[in-house]
Amino acid sequence: MEKDLYLSQHISQRFNVELEEIRNRVMRMGGLVEKQISRGMKALQTSDSELGELVTSSDYEINALEVDIDEECMQILARRQPAASDLRLIVTIIKTITDLERIGDEAEKLGRYSVLLADENTTPGHFVEIGHLGEHVKRMLNDALDAFARLDIEAALRTIADDELVNEEFDAISRQLITRMMEDPREIRNALRISWCARALERMGDHTKNICEYVVFLVQGKDIRHTSLEKMQESTGIDFGD
Amino acid sequence: MNKATDFEHMEHEIVGTVGTPLVDKPKMSTRNVDVYYGDKQAIFDVNLDLAENEVIALIGPSGCGKSTYLRCLNRMNDTIDICRVTGRLMLDDEDIYNKSMDPVLLRARVGMVFQKPNPFPKSIYDNVAYGPKLHGLASNRAELDEIVVTSLQKAGLFEEVKDRLDAPGTGLSGGQQQRLCIARTIAVSPEVILMDEPASALDPIATAVIEELIDELRANFTIAIVTHSMQQAARVSQRTAYFHLGKLVEVGETNQIFTNPSHQLTENYITGRFG
Repeated sequence: MEKDLYLSQHISQRFNVELEEIRNRVMRMGGLVEKQISRGMKALQTSDSELGELVTSSDYEINALEVDIDEECMQILARRQPAASDLRLIVTIIKTITDLERIGDEAEKLGRYSVLLADENTTPGHFVEIGHLGEHVKRMLNDALDAFARLDIEAALRTIADDELVNEEFDAISRQLITRMMEDPREIRNALRISWCARALERMGDHTKNICEYVVFLVQGKDIRHTSLEKMQESTGIDFGD
Repeated sequence: MNKATDFEHMEHEIVGTVGTPLVDKPKMSTRNVDVYYGDKQAIFDVNLDLAENEVIALIGPSGCGKSTYLRCLNRMNDTIDICRVTGRLMLDDEDIYNKSMDPVLLRARVGMVFQKPNPFPKSIYDNVAYGPKLHGLASNRAELDEIVVTSLQKAGLFEEVKDRLDAPGTGLSGGQQQRLCIARTIAVSPEVILMDEPASALDPIATAVIEELIDELRANFTIAIVTHSMQQAARVSQRTAYFHLGKLVEVGETNQIFTNPSHQLTENYITGRFG
């Protein structure tokens, strides 16, 4: 039986406000993380070390939000003793912000490596493939945050499926970088740095996938972590296609 | 649609009971139970089993019929003239509304603990000894002593009162009085214990003691508890039944009910939403 998640229909108006506030904060944190990825990717692609520095020095904002939201969640657990969908919302938020914070850390790495790479005068052509991967991951995160905001499990499941493409792209980039390193050993240092960046993006994809899994838990109460796409399709009863 | 006031609409949403109201080898089973107070129907077609050695929590808003249902299980409703119970209510293989069933004996087998502790105006000892004496469970004083002591021990009260068994039961604290009532209930070796908000008049410490006791009693008894405290239901029970406007809406494993209930009305109630 399908149920609605009325997040604003509590008898306690104050509780409605608290939940709304905390959800807005998660969205704000997500927005910050998206911005960090965008800036990190731009710094990388345009060899803009100043922007790279800014990305590195801005990560604290995300960390601070994580701490704040965690504190809010703990207050709600202690004072409201939420149950059912409210409980799942709080648990989902606690987990989601952990993954968002990790994505922030990965974005920070983009900033750090972009500074190193900018100093070395790398040819911009190196960044075409990783630019594509970056766009893909950003889109994934955007979809995941949308799915969270709209409680849209179909979108969440599609985004989970998307992570496999991200992994494939990462593998392709790795192969290209290996070829480049074999062709010209002088490129090894930079190629490795680019590889770390690709790795960071791939990890962001994994964290984003986690967030989507929490959305399914929030809406349906089903824990689909560590299962195959087929199993997810089966247990949620949603056919999300290719 | 205004969910806050749309009770008419809500009522029609309840079609049968969602979840697992029935179990294998129930201690008590109730089928098609309707209860009327005069012309007014209070319970509608409830089908529910109580499993052996389980604690089942009955929850729901005030007036939803959970206490009325509980009181059917040992025919406490017999004492209300205008109350009429229909349907089949079984304790093991016996129909408890059968003419041959003596309600007094039934209430010894299906005991009850009430919201407000109600010790008799007698000594602690006599409070517990009253039932066994009435039912002739002890043939001499030594046996009676034995029953009183074990009952007080099982109710977790003995250590606190062993030096003053002659003192009046009404002189105990609220939590102690409630445990005295539980001792009095178990003194007649019931099979089922019904509890109607047993801890709602107690402070958190006394409540925790009662809840701990309920968990221990489960080893020997089947327990049905009506409670307004959702946390209490979540803590003490294995299954939870949600009543709404006289109907049994949903029954399920307590773990599931409090994390992911199936019915919208259950969800609304336990999360404190309109409806």
